[in-house]
Amino acid sequence: MSQILVITSGKGGVGKTTTTANIGVGLAMRGHKVALIDTDTGLRNLDLLLGLENRILYDLVDVTSGRVAYKKALVRHKKFENLYLLPTSQVKDKSAVNPEQLVTLCAEMKKEFDFIIIDCPAGIEQGFKTAIAAADTAIVVTMPEISAVRDADKIIGELGRADKENVKLIVNRIRPQMVEKGDMLDMGDIDEILSVACIGQVPDDENVVVATNRGEPVITMNGSTAGQAYKNIVARICGENVPFLKPQKEGFFARLKKLFGLL
Amino acid sequence: MLDVLKRVFGMSEKKSGAVAKERLQVVLIHDRASISPEIMEKIKEEIITVLSKYMNINRADMEIALENDSDSVALVANIPVNSMRHAR
Repeated sequence: MSQILVITSGKGGVGKTTTTANIGVGLAMRGHKVALIDTDTGLRNLDLLLGLENRILYDLVDVTSGRVAYKKALVRHKKFENLYLLPTSQVKDKSAVNPEQLVTLCAEMKKEFDFIIIDCPAGIEQGFKTAIAAADTAIVVTMPEISAVRDADKIIGELGRADKENVKLIVNRIRPQMVEKGDMLDMGDIDEILSVACIGQVPDDENVVVATNRGEPVITMNGSTAGQAYKNIVARICGENVPFLKPQKEGFFARLKKLFGLL
Repeated sequence: MLDVLKRVFGMSEKKSGAVAKERLQVVLIHDRASISPEIMEKIKEEIITVLSKYMNINRADMEIALENDSDSVALVANIPVNSMRHAR
């Protein structure tokens, strides 16, 4: 039984595309056959994060407009051979693909793939509506920051109105030291406010920038905390019950030591 | 000295994380309360159906709206009553 996931957020810059790339690679590393569809038409980036930017011949708009078969437009990953990317157009805009076209395309691709993951554009307009149309699960990515949580709430409302019942949450770029000091929303706060099942808590990790620079998602880097968090997310998507990573806590004695250090 | 003690025991003035949470909770009440005119019309019709069992109301002058205060949202209805039905 194949699954269609959409990765969405409302707000831009919270890590939708990074999340899409990492979940895609993670599922492929487990042996699943995965297709990633970039629907951020006009602002294409998923190809860069996967290191596939030089291999693109055709795009999503070529496929939905009937110019080429989808298999011709798929770009196979160099290293993970059961991972494929369907890039979008960099010259067209969001109106170039409509919801019905994406639903039809996904129904056809479902026959070939275990997972289809759709990278949604920011915003709640046409592009969002197209991206979510075919999905049976929506993963909302947010950050422990007031505007990102507000936009996540808006998106969760929109998903409800579109009758998407299966909604999951990933909280990205958590800074444990700031949470510990009380200067960042913690997971309890976000759970209470959004009340959506959380499948991932990803710490802010410099390795993500390094990985993006190289075009090799951070999930492939051993020893990276964000990479480990993404591996756990992939396990949870596959139905495994994995506990959340415990952030390093600063206790009473650490505070005392810091104080004497200050004096 | 009190400051130092507070720091040792991890107490101090309200942290920005807690401020963010409170501000979010308030703004989301307002965000979620934005109801479409169609739904508002539906709510109005259903209220009329219920009230009409007990009284004759003046539909034409009826007003119903969501009103935002600084930290709360209220559904305010002004429904003129023409006459009461006999209680059974």
